Amino acid sequence: MNLETEKLGFYRYSSPQTFYPLAGKMLPWFWVVATLFGIAGLWVSFFVAPTDATQGEAYRIIFVHVPASWMSMFIYIVMAAWAGIGLALGTRLSGMMAQALAPTGALMAALSLLTGSLWGRPMWGTWWIWDARLSSELILFFLYVGFIALQAAIDDPRRADKAGAILALVGVVNVPIIYFSVIWWNSLHQGSSVSLTRSPSMAQTMFAGMILMALCFWMYSIAVSLMRVRAIIVERERNSEWIRAEVKYAVE
Amino acid sequence: MQWNSATEFFAMGGYALYVWGGFGACALLMLVEPWLVRRRMREAMLNLRRLNCADNTDH
Amino acid sequence: MSLPQSSLMLVVSVTTKRDLLLAIRRKSDVLVSLFFFIIVVSLFPLGIGPEPLLLKKIAPGVLMVAALLSTLLGLPRMFAADYADGTLEQLALSPLPFGLLVSGKILAHWLVCGLPLVVLAPVLGLQFGLDGETLMMLMLALLIATPLLSLIGSIGAALTLGVRSGGALLALLILPLYVPTLIFASGAVEVQMVGMNANGYLSLLAAMLALAVFFAPWATSVALKIALE
Repeated sequence: MNLETEKLGFYRYSSPQTFYPLAGKMLPWFWVVATLFGIAGLWVSFFVAPTDATQGEAYRIIFVHVPASWMSMFIYIVMAAWAGIGLALGTRLSGMMAQALAPTGALMAALSLLTGSLWGRPMWGTWWIWDARLSSELILFFLYVGFIALQAAIDDPRRADKAGAILALVGVVNVPIIYFSVIWWNSLHQGSSVSLTRSPSMAQTMFAGMILMALCFWMYSIAVSLMRVRAIIVERERNSEWIRAEVKYAVE
Repeated sequence: MQWNSATEFFAMGGYALYVWGGFGACALLMLVEPWLVRRRMREAMLNLRRLNCADNTDH
Repeated sequence: MSLPQSSLMLVVSVTTKRDLLLAIRRKSDVLVSLFFFIIVVSLFPLGIGPEPLLLKKIAPGVLMVAALLSTLLGLPRMFAADYADGTLEQLALSPLPFGLLVSGKILAHWLVCGLPLVVLAPVLGLQFGLDGETLMMLMLALLIATPLLSLIGSIGAALTLGVRSGGALLALLILPLYVPTLIFASGAVEVQMVGMNANGYLSLLAAMLALAVFFAPWATSVALKIALE
């Protein structure tokens, strides 16, 4: 089962054996880049971006809220893409990547909800409002939880990968429909008029801060997913020769 | 720069709880997650070493 | 394998008939999810209070959510028995297109679990003080929404086949995917209640149904094959 030695060309990189050390080498770089973007982003969001005319200082929450929301959606798409590749080509690494991305995506969705409600409290006067953006984020969070729960419930990792892949693909088809339906629903029920990002005069520096923070979140997500995929590889490949050699090498 | 003093900076125009709460929660969770993953990795490695030892004593 | 058009229909109808026959032999299962629907709907006035205006306002949402939960209750049964006794494996190995067999089973599930809700909903709608035209709209919306629920649900039923705590997991997987159906179906009824045109909602529901008819059986059959491996 683990003697998949003959891998050629593109498939070479899709084998956990070649990817494991590669990911290990890439990891520190992503941490460094994430930290640099984080420092730059925080600097811009607190010291360069001006106070918002209507929302005061509270608007500064968008510097973490918007990147978290973007990442939560982006990670779901990437996860579904890996899942689709895994299902179509049968590469083992793809399923592991999808599995490694899911918790980070769920975290991003949770952060988006948390910061959204922290922003909503001073702006709307309530911790939670059934606004289109927050509601669809909540459903996205549920989708992540479903994906993680399904994979956790299936013992055979190959079946877990494939079942998860189908769920992710069905989910990714549904995400735009859900988003659209929630916006429709919100307009039917007269939603709030205050928006988190559609501030009338979005200064250039505010946008720059948002982009820098988004890049930081992006690099962080890659770094932490690579860490997790390495852990998953070690867990799953425990019966193969190469990983044992790898560990021995690391110890001695 | 729009801050005249450190206290003004930390007060965030009266929105300290929300702004620092939001940034703090992000920072905290983004430190906790890598820590959890690292622990998972350590456990997996430990398991693997145990398996290695068991195999070596078998032979 | 290319079968003539009529044989394709035959594959679906034979599978459906078989499943219907099995359902009729085990009437209690069907009745349980039907009574579940009735009870859930009746609990709301008891929990909220008998204020007629409020009840009328929440009626579309309550009826749709109850229909959704009641469909969910019947979903694990869609493939479980056939999976347990090996029939499903035989079906998957047969030369007949598996997607069509799956479509037949989904159709049977809808006839057993979905259609009775459509028939029953107006009676429950009366309890909430809905008028005649709204009741018609309720039936129409449910008529499009319930097959959609069965189709989307079949994917979840296939994915959770033979999995630990499959029932609860199924709810977790499928309920978020039911959101658009819930919104558009109850939206149609609400819009009708305030005297506006609900055609937009119904067309959106119908479009989703058309999409699901093509893709859901296919996704379900892939998921079933994974479960059977």
